[in-house]
Amino acid sequence: MSAVRIFIADDEAPARERLKELLSDIAAELPTEVVGEARHGLEAVERVPASGAQVLLLDIEMPGMGGLEVARHLAALEQPPRVVFVTAHDRHAVEAFELNALDYLLKPVRAERLAAALKKAAAAAAPGREQLARAAIAAREYLSIVERHRILLVPVRDIVFLRAEQKYVTVRTRSREHLIEEPLVTLEQEFARQFVRIHRNCLVARAAIRGFERAGGAEDEPHWAVVLDGLEERLPVSRRQWPILRELVSDK
Amino acid sequence: MVSIRQTTYPDSLPDFRNLGVIARVLVAVNAVALGGALFAAPDLAQAIDRFPQIAALVEPLLLACLVVLFVLSPLFARLPYWTGCAAVMALVLVVTVLLRAGVTAIVAEPPAELGRMLVLAALISAGLLGYLRLRARAYSPALAEARLQALQARIRPHFLFNSLNAVLALIRRDPKRAERSLEDLADLFRTLMSDAHQFVRLEDEIALLERYAELEQLRLGERLRLTWELDAAPSDALLPPLVLQPLLENAVYHGVEPGTGAGEVLVRIERRGDRVLARIENPYVEEQQHRAGNRMALENIRERLALFFDAEARIETRVSDGRYRVEIEIPYRVASR
Repeated sequence: MSAVRIFIADDEAPARERLKELLSDIAAELPTEVVGEARHGLEAVERVPASGAQVLLLDIEMPGMGGLEVARHLAALEQPPRVVFVTAHDRHAVEAFELNALDYLLKPVRAERLAAALKKAAAAAAPGREQLARAAIAAREYLSIVERHRILLVPVRDIVFLRAEQKYVTVRTRSREHLIEEPLVTLEQEFARQFVRIHRNCLVARAAIRGFERAGGAEDEPHWAVVLDGLEERLPVSRRQWPILRELVSDK
Repeated sequence: MVSIRQTTYPDSLPDFRNLGVIARVLVAVNAVALGGALFAAPDLAQAIDRFPQIAALVEPLLLACLVVLFVLSPLFARLPYWTGCAAVMALVLVVTVLLRAGVTAIVAEPPAELGRMLVLAALISAGLLGYLRLRARAYSPALAEARLQALQARIRPHFLFNSLNAVLALIRRDPKRAERSLEDLADLFRTLMSDAHQFVRLEDEIALLERYAELEQLRLGERLRLTWELDAAPSDALLPPLVLQPLLENAVYHGVEPGTGAGEVLVRIERRGDRVLARIENPYVEEQQHRAGNRMALENIRERLALFFDAEARIETRVSDGRYRVEIEIPYRVASR
């Protein structure tokens, strides 16, 4: 049996050391090889794709980006690693894991539990995106675009608008444009706090709306367009969404 | 479930040097005087006329009693509760007699009949002692609750399990340090589980802070940069237990852990005249993840400070220049020898 390739992500150095110790303790039963480590969530997203890891031991409470969001971004990889979450004490996370059949270990981790979890993970499929999304307690802070062996992260707070175009959704920031493969409806649900729908195919960041201007149309039936902060482009507002948006303006 | 024994909090005499107690006594006695005037006079206008006369009689007596009680407060504090009450009553009566004698000697006309004055003074003092006892009792469950909360939330489970995990990682590589860490952990929990109704010396609370910091350092390593400014800290000052440790824990939890880089935490404790100031600073990190519990810890400390020092303690928080600061100010008190 060849060694299982493992990646460890935890912000506390002693916790990573401890996992490595345990892995060497169970080596006779289950040979493993640690192919990489990360000290926080962003580092994990950056390093896991090229590491060739089969199983990811992923701490939940990490600075920068929590473990669950890390797993959600990695799930889009062509060959995503299996994930075993590790947590010291996060009641909400544990409940969500149970509910969505995700594997987790509690710190301090026992050698037998670790061996069992790794065996199970090695035999199972990686957790799916929907499965992970259901277990999420908070909205993501990044959207991700998978490039060959790399994941590009776009901070949600940098996004000006999201527009559905046939198969894809265009993610527009002030400086760039990306394509992602997530349905606009689920994005709308997840980011309802930051984004508002202006049209059947378009969500705009509430913070980026500078105002509205009249965009042609007959006198008795005017069309409106959103004026954006930092972008020249005007986005048409559908008649159906206009009443909601008008209220938004009067609130400001 | 931890049971709460009411007897853990015995009655104790009010602290007659406390501003809050003094203010309550002043207000209560004047309210009684006003009530007396209203009761005795046929209408409001006459009552208002009469009040200054009553006040002229009551005020000197009241102030004299408060001054004597202020001076003798440490003596009374050593007596058992009921003996103390009797002593306070006796003192009030003696002051009444002396004051009446003094006034009579000066103006040659007694202000009021002695018996009436004595009975009134006794009634009012008894009433006030009763009120202050009830008030202290009303706060006691809050104290018991505070202790429970201390156990359940003060030391976050997150901290306990991560610390144990860190110690486990040390056992093979550095057994000596692992031993020390477990001792630190034991000390921390001993304090948490001890009765929270007694004052501790500042030096003990500082030792606790250092043990706690040692454990956090073990977990977080380079990420936690602690600066201690304790040279002007009065080691003999008394304060309620576990007032500073939760604040340091908050600083680490909210200011250092959510950041990927190093976070600087400052602990400064100093004496300024008859006040003790403690300040804890940490980087202010806007929290994306919901991390509750901060307000609760602060409320809990505020409540306990109010219980121990009444109006004489202060706790404030503010954010400026990307730093979060908590400041506590308490009166400088030392154990009576």
